[in-house]
Amino acid sequence: MKEYALLIISAALVNNVILARFLGLCSFMGVTTRIDTAVGMGMATTFVITVSSMADWAVGTYLLEPYGLWYLRTVTFILVIAAAVQFTELTVKKVSPPLFQMLGIYLPLITTNCAVLGIAILLVEHKMNFISATVFGFASSVGYSLVMVMFAGLRERLALADIPRLFAGPPSGFIVASLLALAFMGFSGMAAS
Amino acid sequence: MWIAIGSLTAMGLILGGLLGVAARFLAVKENPLEEELKELLPGSQCGQCGYVGCSQYAAALAKGEAPITLCPPGGKATIEALAKKLGVAADLSDHEEKVPQHAFVVEDLCIGCTRCIRECTTDSILGANKLMHTIIADTCHGCSKCVEVCPTEAIVMVAIPVTLNTWHWPKPETAPKPEAGKLHEAGAV
Repeated sequence: MKEYALLIISAALVNNVILARFLGLCSFMGVTTRIDTAVGMGMATTFVITVSSMADWAVGTYLLEPYGLWYLRTVTFILVIAAAVQFTELTVKKVSPPLFQMLGIYLPLITTNCAVLGIAILLVEHKMNFISATVFGFASSVGYSLVMVMFAGLRERLALADIPRLFAGPPSGFIVASLLALAFMGFSGMAAS
Repeated sequence: MWIAIGSLTAMGLILGGLLGVAARFLAVKENPLEEELKELLPGSQCGQCGYVGCSQYAAALAKGEAPITLCPPGGKATIEALAKKLGVAADLSDHEEKVPQHAFVVEDLCIGCTRCIRECTTDSILGANKLMHTIIADTCHGCSKCVEVCPTEAIVMVAIPVTLNTWHWPKPETAPKPEAGKLHEAGAV
């Protein structure tokens, strides 16, 4: 149990996908202008990462490893991720049309979100068992959602702040992102990577 | 090599099949009426109906949540077309018929703040920062959004004057009914 708790803290906070591993930065800057879109994006990505980390674990353990097809890992993982994203897109369109419109192009772009592929490759390379792989995928995506929502909140405040014109918009966003990453460095050492 | 080809093909087929089944179960029924109603609206996204744009108003109309009389740029013709499409009686009692209008900048009052330019949905306002603005009457569709944002009340709505270019024969149903004995004056003879 302690092992899984450490794994969750390590994946969500210490080695946060966005702020420590620097994966998924496109959606990090792209859909964080409003909190509700960031929440929607976080939920969609959490679903995709969890499902694809389970499926990719199975593919990696039962197909790639025994038959020595390691060189095919990017292609097969992307195939699984693309299917999961398509499924998510169908579901979001059915369940919440406004969210579907707000996410727009960023929803199909979860396929190319490197956080999803990065987590899949990490969990296969670390040779985790199935439960650890699922927990790792879920905790990483929770960390991703957490940072997305925090950053969206910061950017909503930034949009109202009186900022020198040179820094208004994305430049101040990047500076705040770096400060947030610095704050997350405070977690380092809490759990082994 | 054959294992690689075979396994990738099998994965592709299985995932494709699953997605096909999922697409059938999760299919979204889009209301075809929405699209048809959107065609009837002016499509200039002025927002005077209280919705974000024409498609949102069309969606509300299709659900029966909005009255059909909310579209000022469309005027009476749009209301009648919507009533016909939706099969409801057009209630024109609270509709005040306006003559076609366009916005006009009172040049003495304009301070060149460019707020109206940002508001204009048809790009009909010409001007630059701290320079006087003017309105291209030909493309202005009279949504009066610029009137509301102008800080100096320099924009007024004026009726489009009847000139040789703008005059047209009155439509049969909107023309005043000719009185007996005056048929030649109404242009019916």
